Amino acid sequence: MKQTRNSDWLFHLYMAVFLAYMLIPLVIMGGAAFNDSRFPSVLPWKGFTTRWFVELFEDGRMWIAFRNTLLVAVAVVAISVPIGTAGAILINSMSGKWRSAVYALMVAPILTPGAVIGISTLLFWNSTGRAFATLTGQEFSDVSFVFGAGLHLSVIGQASFISAFVMLLVLARLQSFDRGLEEAALDLGASHGQVMRRILLPHLYPAIGAGAAIGFFQSIENFNVTLFTKGPYDTLTVYVFSKVRSGITPTINALALILIGFTLVCAIIYEISRRRAAARARALARR
Amino acid sequence: MKDLLNRYGIGLTTVFVTLTAFWLLILVVLPNIYLFENSFRPYLPVVDIGGPLDVYSLDNYATFFQSPIHIRVFFGTILFSSVVTVICFVIAYPIAYYLAKVANLSVVPTIFLLLFIPMWVSEVLRSFAWFIILSFNGPLNLTLIGLGVIEDKIRWMTGFRSVIIGLVYTYVLFMLFPLYNAVQSLDTNQIEASEDLGAPWWRTHWRVILPHCKPGIASGAVMVFMLSAGSILVPTLLASTNSRWFTEIIQQWMFESQDWNTGSAYAFLLLILCTVFVSLVMWLFRVKLSDIAK
Repeated sequence: MKQTRNSDWLFHLYMAVFLAYMLIPLVIMGGAAFNDSRFPSVLPWKGFTTRWFVELFEDGRMWIAFRNTLLVAVAVVAISVPIGTAGAILINSMSGKWRSAVYALMVAPILTPGAVIGISTLLFWNSTGRAFATLTGQEFSDVSFVFGAGLHLSVIGQASFISAFVMLLVLARLQSFDRGLEEAALDLGASHGQVMRRILLPHLYPAIGAGAAIGFFQSIENFNVTLFTKGPYDTLTVYVFSKVRSGITPTINALALILIGFTLVCAIIYEISRRRAAARARALARR
Repeated sequence: MKDLLNRYGIGLTTVFVTLTAFWLLILVVLPNIYLFENSFRPYLPVVDIGGPLDVYSLDNYATFFQSPIHIRVFFGTILFSSVVTVICFVIAYPIAYYLAKVANLSVVPTIFLLLFIPMWVSEVLRSFAWFIILSFNGPLNLTLIGLGVIEDKIRWMTGFRSVIIGLVYTYVLFMLFPLYNAVQSLDTNQIEASEDLGAPWWRTHWRVILPHCKPGIASGAVMVFMLSAGSILVPTLLASTNSRWFTEIIQQWMFESQDWNTGSAYAFLLLILCTVFVSLVMWLFRVKLSDIAK
């Protein structure tokens, strides 16, 4: 039972102010995309224009960065989801001292600054590459497409901490798993592969799906790890960053508005499906 | 381990172990060992690597300890990241309490949906938004003058003021969500019992709600502090020349000087700082690592 109190209006007001604080900067940034002024701002308003969108679409570097971002994100998800799931299943079957040590190692990448992950990944692959080149009698430049800085290292660096997010989500889901089901299936003669495919994985799918979605978004917006490992290539965040530093124009705002719009659409789709699921659950409960 | 073999057989267990080992060894442990090892080696031209000059020394760390500027920046980063963490807590706690215990249950999902939008908009755009707002001829100054609050334009982007504003905006949600989860898990009856027994509202918060929220506070504080201290975007976009962040110095070593060895020594210092902070929070709040990582 919720009681109403005299102090509630203060809470409502504070909540409204907080929401405004979170959202108005985004509105200002989006609004500036339509302002006909060289410097991105909403005030003073110099007239409505869509030319920043046109300029954005003609910007070849942006499109390359956009493609790179998607490629990296897909690769990161493809690596992190199996690793995170395997890690969760493994840690779930461990106990005692070993469990806490391995668990600490698994969550450590989340608590490590991105710059450290980026630099250590870069150093490790570079040193390994140099050793490999010396061993095989090649120059480092011959093997730098594998070991040198580049988007593949960004993928590896990002996967190291995004796997940890997947692991935590899957591990949480495993807590509600009835292990008796597996035993029953084994007793009834199911093979190990069948137990995995037909019993464990279906239970984990919601967590795996959420992990893939979170990993995808985390990868798209990642900057710190990417900055140190990317080599000469651009991803969208790096591109925006370099644009902001080297003479900005409202094309960035146009891009920002498109990205916010995309986020909004995803959020609304999520909300609708959530409401549908809730309604379905209620209907089932009534039956 | 035996349990895994019973359930999934030798083949699948090998796959699990291999994937996890690949992750923890190749992606986590070995890179950090290399970072540590490289931080003790001198920065040399390629031909001298592995030669007689390539010996271990503490020179890279000495560079840090002999530079008053770098030491000041390091402690400045700690100080201002802590300030950001405290501000985030003060802002987020009433919101978390409101969402968990006061707000009408039917509006909470909508509010969360609205909050997810800034959360999923990338960090670079969030700091860029404040770059526009705080600029000298920007909307904030013009609005404040229009309202008659200030007479002359304020130069916002000096000192650490703009960095703190930007960091709080960027990371406050990382404090809010764990706090919300913590408050929400508290049985409302406990709050009512405390009130029925005559506790004033502040004592209910201090003695009942806050102690229950310790894991949430710890988790939020660790995330906000770590992200702030390790942030590159916000300080670079919003800071002026007189307010530098430790990550900017690491960047300088890596990109401008191309001295990866000193860079890794500095990165290692940042890693130590974060490790110390996490341990300190765990000790202060008496929580386990699994309470923080959620």
